[in-house]
Amino acid sequence: MDTTKIDASKYKMLLKSYIESQNEQSLYGAEQITKTFIKNNILPEEIVNLHIQALTELYPDLLIEFKHSMNFLLETMISYGLAHQEYQYLREKQSQIKSEISVAANVQDTLLKTTVPQIDELDIGVISVPAHQMNGDYHHFIQGKDGSIGIAIADVIGKGIPAALCMSMIKYAMDSFPEQLMRPNSILENLNRVVERNVDPSMFITMFYAQFDPDSGKLFYSSAGHEPGFLYNAVTKEFQDIEARGLVLGINSDSTYKQYELQLNKGDIVIMLTDGVTECRGGKKFIEREEALDIIRQYIHLPPQEAAEMIYKHFENLQDFNLKDDFTLIILEKKV
Amino acid sequence: MEISINVKEENEKVVINVSGEIDVFTAPQLKEKIIPLVSAENAEVIVDFKDVNYMDSTGLGVLINAYKATKVNNSHIKIINLQDRVYRIFTITGLDEVMDINPVMRGGIK
Repeated sequence: MDTTKIDASKYKMLLKSYIESQNEQSLYGAEQITKTFIKNNILPEEIVNLHIQALTELYPDLLIEFKHSMNFLLETMISYGLAHQEYQYLREKQSQIKSEISVAANVQDTLLKTTVPQIDELDIGVISVPAHQMNGDYHHFIQGKDGSIGIAIADVIGKGIPAALCMSMIKYAMDSFPEQLMRPNSILENLNRVVERNVDPSMFITMFYAQFDPDSGKLFYSSAGHEPGFLYNAVTKEFQDIEARGLVLGINSDSTYKQYELQLNKGDIVIMLTDGVTECRGGKKFIEREEALDIIRQYIHLPPQEAAEMIYKHFENLQDFNLKDDFTLIILEKKV
Repeated sequence: MEISINVKEENEKVVINVSGEIDVFTAPQLKEKIIPLVSAENAEVIVDFKDVNYMDSTGLGVLINAYKATKVNNSHIKIINLQDRVYRIFTITGLDEVMDINPVMRGGIK
């Protein structure tokens, strides 16, 4: 109440000074006092009221018509005041939602945490960057009792929070499969049934699942409509697409998936990615798969983790780069 | 990024001409038009993609939604004149094997 009183007399002084001399200084003072009003949630009609009081005190002989007009103005300001209060309320609500999402994002991070397996036969690098607060990409490593390494990479379509929630479903479904079922094709077949039963009709998931057997150096894999990866041949120094046919998860409950195999030799590199990598844009221009591969090629000589990070940095530094989709890149290099 | 969607009825069929880019911003407009049409019992819906030069996964989601609706309502959806870039999305996702789609016409009638 006291501050209001002080403000009121300050307002009166500034008003008087301005009416008498129209000086810049009082206008500046008005700007400053408005800031305090806003800070203290003083509503527009209260300011008009302040103005009326100040004016009446300074000039008691004002025209009665003028006084009436000021009261009229006061009334018209009331709706503005209400709109302003609503705006304040929404601002608070928004910051509350923001903090809830950031808590959810942390929960998701914890849930989807995966440890990169350390084995002599394979060097693994990975980077996953969400376009928004929550990641709709998923990747997961599993080290089997038989020594094999399972690598899953998936993209939930639908972005943002619904996609992220769906991701958690995938994670739980995967955790519940017994180890003897952990073959790429049977994993996709089982996941497909779970997804088909549980997702919104416009949502779907693409997934590439690979299993590396360190004893034979073979990579077994199946794809559910996922962006094809690349195989780098250490001898020819050339890249080729890792083609694998298969329907995206969640369309038909009885989809089956073909399992492919690939013999990896020393120095061969397998690159798995999501379409955030091949579909990102620099400004208005699309980055084509070929261009993405050109960028990958520049860093492929580096150790996998470093290469993954440098490739992402390269994209990030492109002019007007704008990450429209979640970006995940996994690089596997056969060491021996 | 603009999209225009024209619906016309030809004989027993509904033809939807789409032009522009289908992405996260424009896909809801496509969904609004297409889903009620394919949800009519026994409907024959043809979607012409001749003038669609870009579609992202959100757009694909709308078409999957439409495809699922046809299975429930015994209706049919066919997507024709897909440009290469858009057609590629269907081949990668394996949808070209379950949905009725035709890539862009080259040099006359196919």
